[in-house]
Amino acid sequence: MIETYSSITPLIAVLLPVAAALLVLLTGERFRNLRDSWSTIAALVMVAVVASMLPDVLDGRVPQTTIIEISPGIDIMLRADSAGMIFALLASSLWVLASVYAVGYMRAEHEHKQTRFFVAYALSLGAAAGVAFSANLLTFVLFYELLTLVTFPLVTHRETEAAIVAGRKYLTYTLSGGLMLIGGTAWVHMLGIDGTFVAGGLMADESISKATAWGLLALLMVGVGVKSAVMPLHGWLPSAMVAPTPVSALLHAVAVVKAGVFGVVRMIVFVFGAELLREMDAWQVIAVLAAATLLIGSMLALRHDNLKRRLAYSTISHLSYIVLGVALLGPIALTGALLHIVGHGVTKITLFFVAGAINAHTHKENVSQLDGIGRQMPITMGAFTLAALSMAGVPPFVLFTSKFYLGWGAAEVDQQIFMVVYLVSGVLAAGYLFPVVYRAFGKRSPDHVAYSEADMRMVVPLAITGILALVLGIVPNLPFSFFDLASEVARTAFDQGIPITGGAQ
Amino acid sequence: MLAALIVPVVARLRYELGFILALAGVGLSAAASIWSLVYVLDNGTMHYNLGGWAPPVGIEYVVDLISAFVAVIVTSVATLVIIGTRRWADREAGDRLGSFYGLVMLLITGLVGMVVTGDLFNLFVFLEISSLAAYALVFLGGGRAMLAGFRYLILGSVGGSFYMLGVGFLYFSTGTLNMGEMKDILTDDATARSVQAGAAFIFAGLGLKMALVPMHLWLPDAYTFAPSSVNTLIAPIMTKVGAYAMIRMFLSVFPDGYLKDVVPIGDALLVLGLIGIIFGSVAAMSQKDIRRMLAYSSISQLALIAVGVGLGTPLGLVAALLHIMNHAVMKATLFMAAASVRFTSGITQVADFTGLGRRMPFTMGAFTLGALAMVGIPPATGFFSKWYAVQAGIESSQWIVVAVVLVSSLLTAVYLFRILESAYLHPLQPEPSHGHDVPDGFGETEQELALEAQAREAPLDMAIPTVVLGLSTVVLGVLNAVIVINILEPGIV
Repeated sequence: MIETYSSITPLIAVLLPVAAALLVLLTGERFRNLRDSWSTIAALVMVAVVASMLPDVLDGRVPQTTIIEISPGIDIMLRADSAGMIFALLASSLWVLASVYAVGYMRAEHEHKQTRFFVAYALSLGAAAGVAFSANLLTFVLFYELLTLVTFPLVTHRETEAAIVAGRKYLTYTLSGGLMLIGGTAWVHMLGIDGTFVAGGLMADESISKATAWGLLALLMVGVGVKSAVMPLHGWLPSAMVAPTPVSALLHAVAVVKAGVFGVVRMIVFVFGAELLREMDAWQVIAVLAAATLLIGSMLALRHDNLKRRLAYSTISHLSYIVLGVALLGPIALTGALLHIVGHGVTKITLFFVAGAINAHTHKENVSQLDGIGRQMPITMGAFTLAALSMAGVPPFVLFTSKFYLGWGAAEVDQQIFMVVYLVSGVLAAGYLFPVVYRAFGKRSPDHVAYSEADMRMVVPLAITGILALVLGIVPNLPFSFFDLASEVARTAFDQGIPITGGAQ
Repeated sequence: MLAALIVPVVARLRYELGFILALAGVGLSAAASIWSLVYVLDNGTMHYNLGGWAPPVGIEYVVDLISAFVAVIVTSVATLVIIGTRRWADREAGDRLGSFYGLVMLLITGLVGMVVTGDLFNLFVFLEISSLAAYALVFLGGGRAMLAGFRYLILGSVGGSFYMLGVGFLYFSTGTLNMGEMKDILTDDATARSVQAGAAFIFAGLGLKMALVPMHLWLPDAYTFAPSSVNTLIAPIMTKVGAYAMIRMFLSVFPDGYLKDVVPIGDALLVLGLIGIIFGSVAAMSQKDIRRMLAYSSISQLALIAVGVGLGTPLGLVAALLHIMNHAVMKATLFMAAASVRFTSGITQVADFTGLGRRMPFTMGAFTLGALAMVGIPPATGFFSKWYAVQAGIESSQWIVVAVVLVSSLLTAVYLFRILESAYLHPLQPEPSHGHDVPDGFGETEQELALEAQAREAPLDMAIPTVVLGLSTVVLGVLNAVIVINILEPGIV
C-alpha cells in the first residue's frame, strides 16, 4: 500500500518556475542573457528537485504537501504519486531543452516582448507541475484553470489578428472545459465524497446512482477532454499553432495537452475507477470517441501541407492513443498509455523543434517547400527522421514500446478491434511523416544546397530529443524510471501487476 | 461601543477640510468595524440601545458576525476608494469639495447604519440617508448626470417608499419594529395577509435598491454619468448593502422558510437573479463605455447574490455573503482602474484601451487581477462565490442555477477579455494592417493617438489603492475558507 509523508518538495517543484518567472520579469530585456539563463537554471533545479523524490516514490512512499484549507473540508494539497511523477519529470526535463531552444528561436525570429513570453512560459510549467501533483479534484481544477490562463499570452504572443482569434477560440474551449470540471467537482463534493484521488477510483466504494455517475462522467471527462483535444473538442489546437514554435513544442506537445490526457488518467483511474466504468458501460463510449479521433486525426494530418498544422493533427491523433489506452481499463494498456505520454512528448517535441528551426532558419513552413533540405540541415533533419520513425512505431523507438503495450493491452481486454486501430494509425503516421523525410533527403532543390544549420541553441536540444526517442525505446527506464513508474500506477490502480516488470535497468 | 461605528463619521460633516477628515472618519469607522468583528468573534453578538432606551421602545443596534463582516467590507473598501479618488474629487468637486466629502460621509454613515441597525424603521432612515447622499453625489457630475441622477432619485425614492410601505404593513400586524421581536412574533403567527403583503413590498423596495432585473433601470446611467470619484465609491458598496438588507430579512426578520414557503420571494429572487445574470453579462458585452460595461456587469453580479439568497440554503447564503465581499473588492478594483485610466488619459471607451498594459502596468495589472477574479479563475475570490453557489445549486437540485452560474463565467470572460486583449495585445500605435489601404476615420485615429500619448501610469496615490484592491482579490480568495468557516457559517445559523 502507498504511504504518504509530509514534505514540502512537491510545493517547491511547483514554485520553482514561478520564481523563475519573477526573476525573468525583474531582469527584463536589458540583461537578456541573464534573463534567458534563469529559465534554464530553474528548469535544471526543478528536474533535480522532482527527481530527488523518485527513490521514495518508487519505494511506495509518497511526499505530500498540504497548503491551505481552501473551502470547508477541502485542502489545496500536492502529492507526488507515481502518475504525477511521470508527468512532472517529463515536463520539467523537456523544459530544460525547450528553454534553451526557446532562446535560440526567439532571438532568431526577433520576436517582440520576449520578457512576457518567458514569464508566461515559466508560469505554464509551474501550472503543469501543479496539475501533475494535484492530490484532489479542487486542486486539480485550480491548476488546470491557471494553466489555461498563463498559456493564453503565449498563444496570442504574435498579436496578429489570427493570433487573437486563435486566443479567443482557445479561451472559449478551455474555459468551457474548466467550467465543466468545476461543476463536476462541486457535484462530487455535494455527494459527500472526498475529492482526494485514490488509485482505483475515489468513487469505487460509494453508492451513487447510474444517472449521477453518467452526469459526473460527462462533466469531468468533457472538462479534461478539451485539453486532450478529443474530437469534437479539438478545434482549438490547430488554430493555436499560430503561437511561436517553442510554445507549440513544449505546450502543445507536452505541458498543456498532456495536462489534458493526464487529467483523463486522473478521472478514469483515480476518480471513477475501472469497476464503476465497466458497470456503467461507459468506457466503450470514451474508447470509441478516442478511436475515431485517433483515425480521423491521422487522416487529417495527411492532407495538411503546413508542417505545424500537420503535426498538430498528429498530436490530436496521438493524444487519443493515450485516452483510448486509459479507457480500455486494463493494466497493460494503462502502462502503455502512460509510456505513450512520455514517448509522444519526447518525439513530438523533436518534430516541433525541427519545424521551428526550419522556419526560423529558412522561413519555410510548408512540407512542399522542403525538398532537399536534408542537405542543408542534416542534423536537424536527422533528428526529424528519428522522430518520424518513432511516430510510426518502428522498433526499437520509444513509441514502438508504448504502442506495443497499448496493442497488447487491447488484446488483454479482448478488444482486438482497437489493436487494429492502433496499427492502422501507425501506418498513417508513416504516411504523413515519411514523405517529409523523403523530400528532405531524396529530392533536390536549388534552395537548399550548402550546409547551414540553424542556431546551435536550437539544433542541440532537438538532436538530444531525437536521440532520446531512440534511447528511451531501448531503455525505457532511462533516465527517470518511467517504465517502473507507469507499471507502478497500473499495479496500484488494478491491484495486479503486469506480467513482466522492470524492463532493462 | 457601537457608536464608534457611526459617530465619528457623522461628526465630520460640517468640516470644510474635506479629504483628511473624511479619511480619518472612514478610517476610524473601518478600524471600529474590524474591532467589532474581532469582538463579536470572541464574545458573540453586540447589542446597543440608542439613547439607553431598551427595545422595543428604543432603537436597537445589533452587530452580529454577518453585520460586522459587511461593515468591515463597506468601510475598508470605502477607505481605499476615498484615498484613490482624492485627485478625482479635487478635479470634479472643485470649490464644493467640502460638501462633496460631507455627502460621502453621509453616504457611508447611511450604509454602515443600515448594516448595524436592528430596527426596521431605522433601516429605512439610513437607507434614505445613504440614497439621498448618493443622488446628490451623482448630480455633482452635471450635464447628463443630472438626468441620470434624477431618474435614480425617482426610482430610488419609489424603492424606499415600497420598503417603507412594507414595514408599515408589518408594524400594523405585529406592533413592533425591532427585528428580533418581529421574528419572534411572526414565528408564532404569520398567517396574516398583511404580513405577506409587507414581505412583498419589502422585496420590491430592496430589489430595486440592489438593481434586480427588471428594477435595474436606474443603475447604468447613474454609474456612467456620475463623477468618477462617485461611481467608484457607489458601485462597489451601495448595492451590496441593499443585498445585505435583503439577506437580513431572510435571517432576522421573517421566520425560517417563510419567504420561501409562504411568500415565494425566494423563488422570485432566484428567477429574477438567473435572468439578471444572463441579461447583465450579455448587455455588458455590447457596451463601448467601460463604466457602462462595468455597470451592467454589476447587475449581473448582484443577480448572483440574489440567486444565492433565493436558494435560501445555508450554502446559498454563504455564496451570497461571500459574493458581497468579493464583488465589492473586485468591482472596486475595476472601477478604480477605470477611473485611473480616465484620470491620466481621459479614456473611457473600451476600444481606446489599446496598449495601456504597457503604459500603465500597475493599474492594468490590478485591472487584470480584478477581471480574472470576476471571471472566476481560482484562486482569486470570484471563483469561490461561484463555487459555493454551484454547490448550493446542486444541493437543492436546481440544475439551472448550476448551469447559469457556470455559463456566466464564460460570458464574463467575453466582456472582460475584450479589454485585456486591447490593453495587452493591441499595439500602442495602430500599425497599417494588410488589406486596409485607406484608414477610415482618420481624424479619430489622430485623436486616439493623442490620448494614448498622454497615457502614463497613474499617480502613486491612485495606483497604490488600486493595486492593493487587486491583490486582495487573490489574498481573500486564498483565505476564503477562513472567512467562511469562522464568520459566515456560524453567522447564518
